[in-house]
Amino acid sequence: MKLTVNDKDYDVDVDVEAEMPLLWVLRDEVGLTGTKFGCGIAQCGACTVHVDGMPIRSCVYPVGQVKGKITTIETDSSSDIMSKVQEAWIEHQTPQCGYCQSGQIMSATALLSANPSPTDEEIDRAMAGNICRCGAYPRIRAAIHAAAKSIQEA
Amino acid sequence: MSTLGKITRRTFLVTSAAVAGGVVFGTYKYKQAVPNPLLNSDGSANPEFASLNPYIKIDQEGVTVITPRAEMGQGIQSTLAMLVAEELDLDWKRVKTEHGPASNSYYVGIMLEAMAGHMYDHSTKANIIRDLSHIPAKFLGLQITGGSMSTADAFVKMRSAGASARLALTLAAAQQWGVKATTLKTQDGHVINPASGEKLAYTALAAKAATIEAPAEPPLRDPSQWRYLGQSMPRLDIPAKVDGTAEFAIDVKQPDMLHATVKMSPRFGAGIKSSDTTKAETMKGVEKVITLDNHGFAVIADNTWRAFKAADAIDVEWGEVSYPQDTAGIFKIYEESFLAEPNGTYDEQGDVELVFADAGQNLVEAEYRVPYLAHSTMEPMTAVAQVKDGRVDIWTGSQAPTSLRDAIMAVDELTEDSVHIHTTLLGGGFGRRSETDFAVSAYKIAKQTNGKPVKVTWSREEDMQHDFYRPAAIARFKGVMGLKKPVALDVQIASPSIMLSMSKRSAFPALGPDALIAEGTAGQPDDIDNIRIRTYAPELDIPIGFWRSVGASYNGFVHESFMDELAVSQDLDPIAMRLEMFGDLAPTANKVVEKVAEMAGWTGRKTDKGGRGFAYTLSFGAHTAQIIDVSMTDRGISIDKVYCAIDVGTALDPRNIEAQVQSAIIYGLTSAMSGEITFENGEVVQSNYHDYPAMRMHQVPEIEVAVMENNPRITGVGEPGTPPSVPALANAIFAATGQRIRELPMNKSVDFV
Ligand code: FES
Ligand code: FES
Repeated sequence: MKLTVNDKDYDVDVDVEAEMPLLWVLRDEVGLTGTKFGCGIAQCGACTVHVDGMPIRSCVYPVGQVKGKITTIETDSSSDIMSKVQEAWIEHQTPQCGYCQSGQIMSATALLSANPSPTDEEIDRAMAGNICRCGAYPRIRAAIHAAAKSIQEA
Repeated sequence: MSTLGKITRRTFLVTSAAVAGGVVFGTYKYKQAVPNPLLNSDGSANPEFASLNPYIKIDQEGVTVITPRAEMGQGIQSTLAMLVAEELDLDWKRVKTEHGPASNSYYVGIMLEAMAGHMYDHSTKANIIRDLSHIPAKFLGLQITGGSMSTADAFVKMRSAGASARLALTLAAAQQWGVKATTLKTQDGHVINPASGEKLAYTALAAKAATIEAPAEPPLRDPSQWRYLGQSMPRLDIPAKVDGTAEFAIDVKQPDMLHATVKMSPRFGAGIKSSDTTKAETMKGVEKVITLDNHGFAVIADNTWRAFKAADAIDVEWGEVSYPQDTAGIFKIYEESFLAEPNGTYDEQGDVELVFADAGQNLVEAEYRVPYLAHSTMEPMTAVAQVKDGRVDIWTGSQAPTSLRDAIMAVDELTEDSVHIHTTLLGGGFGRRSETDFAVSAYKIAKQTNGKPVKVTWSREEDMQHDFYRPAAIARFKGVMGLKKPVALDVQIASPSIMLSMSKRSAFPALGPDALIAEGTAGQPDDIDNIRIRTYAPELDIPIGFWRSVGASYNGFVHESFMDELAVSQDLDPIAMRLEMFGDLAPTANKVVEKVAEMAGWTGRKTDKGGRGFAYTLSFGAHTAQIIDVSMTDRGISIDKVYCAIDVGTALDPRNIEAQVQSAIIYGLTSAMSGEITFENGEVVQSNYHDYPAMRMHQVPEIEVAVMENNPRITGVGEPGTPPSVPALANAIFAATGQRIRELPMNKSVDFV
């Protein structure tokens, strides 16, 4: 099986079952552990990655169904929207334990790619699938607004 | 002094095993420096770096500060590094941190301070007893991250480490240059000779400095000279937490590593009655299925998901539990416990019965109930273990690495130097990771893999159903009001003893009353003439443990809800009543309450859109007051705004403190709204975030935090935000709807947005 992750091609063990969730292919087969396991049932968003730019919950997404390019938190983001998100995250000192943050950043990046100046309600909707048990929400919201601003200024 | 007498006796019991040969401890032994765990066990230096003391490691690359507390989101490793950097004159941009090894040298010195008296008591006598409590704490030698203790514990210790190292480095430079040390300065990792303009990097001086005996506790800088402390510094762990490179235990990679998971008895204390593992054993990728002490299974495979699937395929019938099968039955045991002798009595003064006998209509009574709660850290329990050539390596996120080391040693009578604990970042702790169960079972699994490392990942379901829960509680309050404040307060609280539960799984002996049951109701600056607080400890074999703010997590709710009920009974303003109630006991408390009222522009309980509730709790030394605003919408109650004033004595990093307080409030509100663990057939019903929900973005209010510095002692901040958040919400809902919520979670009674 061939997967394109972060613009690189990975040959994954031909034996990987088509129904294995993408999350576990990324983590245990490809060795990209930035994408996290939180619930396994599409409830927490820790496993969020992009397939062709769309955010998906990789813990329930069978690898056999992946048709497009996969982007994870490890991507080289130097020039795109994700880098603005990451900068805003650092500026606002957003992460606490950090475990949910890969997923939060992937969801926020997808939101800002589709909607460069989201309202609070739009942020609520787009981020509803991402739990943060540390309660970093106030700074996640502030960082999304800040990233939106810097994208518009760019 | 009687309190210390008790502590000393207890501590002897606790430490008798740990203090080799029954060394009699005294001031002499206490004053001796702890061994430096960064040196080899024979005291020789590691060839790769110089270490000036247990907190400092210098190699060619620069200075690494050992920050021996678990980084679980609270930013502690950055705050601890600031303490050293301040005195050692490091360049913040180049500071590196490491958790370091598990070692008793990194013990929590203030471990027993809470037993030394009321936290609001700052009399000389109270302070002397507190300081004396550091002696037995040293011999306990517990390296623990919890109890909001880390900053207060390190405040002098780690600044001293920095100052002492700075002296040694300066002396080394003075020798090299042949000048007097007093003529030299230090700046950004260098010693400077202002007379000649020469400078030497610490990296170049370290080897020589390591041979110089500098005083261990030199004078510390006056806060007016602080350059880092008191400032909001960029946290050192954050860059790696935005690009996926931060390493949690679940991310550890070792060559030839296997992947495993566990399936444990969902009935606490009940073993395997019968089982069939043949299907699981033949599934793809599965190497082995093993049993774990007859209480469960581990599946060892080549991929975590394959291990999960095989664990599901194990057919098993479990035994029966010793406690009642369901929640109703469990609460019956709680109710019955009120008939037994109290476990403890606190804060007793005056004669409540006498006042009650006269009270007639004026007696106010209420009963409150709170459920069991899970921690549900974002990262489920995980550990990587390897057992090879007589050496054990464990990579895990532990809040108690020395306890973990000891627990592993105890399994097979291993020696201390054969067990190596590597503490990774923690994907949340909240008390759950102060337990050792998940890593000890990883050790047992790794014994069966012929030396190969194995990563053990729990499913969310296993995590939620095998927690050490925040215990449920029932609290019965009676009170009588005077003109402006209560004249009598009688409280009975039934909740199992966490210390007793701990004693069944660790070296901790359970001794006497468990003060944790009442903490947050007892020990408050309540200047009430007649008061009595009694606790009852029902015994059930349901594992319970430390959950963010421990006893105060429910005592804040019950005490503060009742105070609101008392105020309402006399049509008093709750804030005016509270200021009366403090009397002269705690000036710091008055100030946080006045501050929060000012922040919120408090004029009373009613607002245009709904209502507001007030609550105050003293916990972990920090006086904390909150006001919460709620409004009614057609989708339910919306929590609109939280105001919080907290006094931490000395604020080392205000922006980080704000984050901790917001976090603690959201953790509390989550539990208030929907947190509940229930039982059926002796098993926990909830299994994942769909039935044990967490607050989400759209539910989270704006949270404004004022960090104050009036308290005479520095306090921690990880927990104190939690206790008042729950009652402030309940009191706000009462103000908005007239509905008094006496049972948690609140979504049993009201709908939330
Ligand atoms: S792990 Fe995929 S949504 Fe939680
Ligand atoms: S930062 Fe810890 S779960 Fe979000």
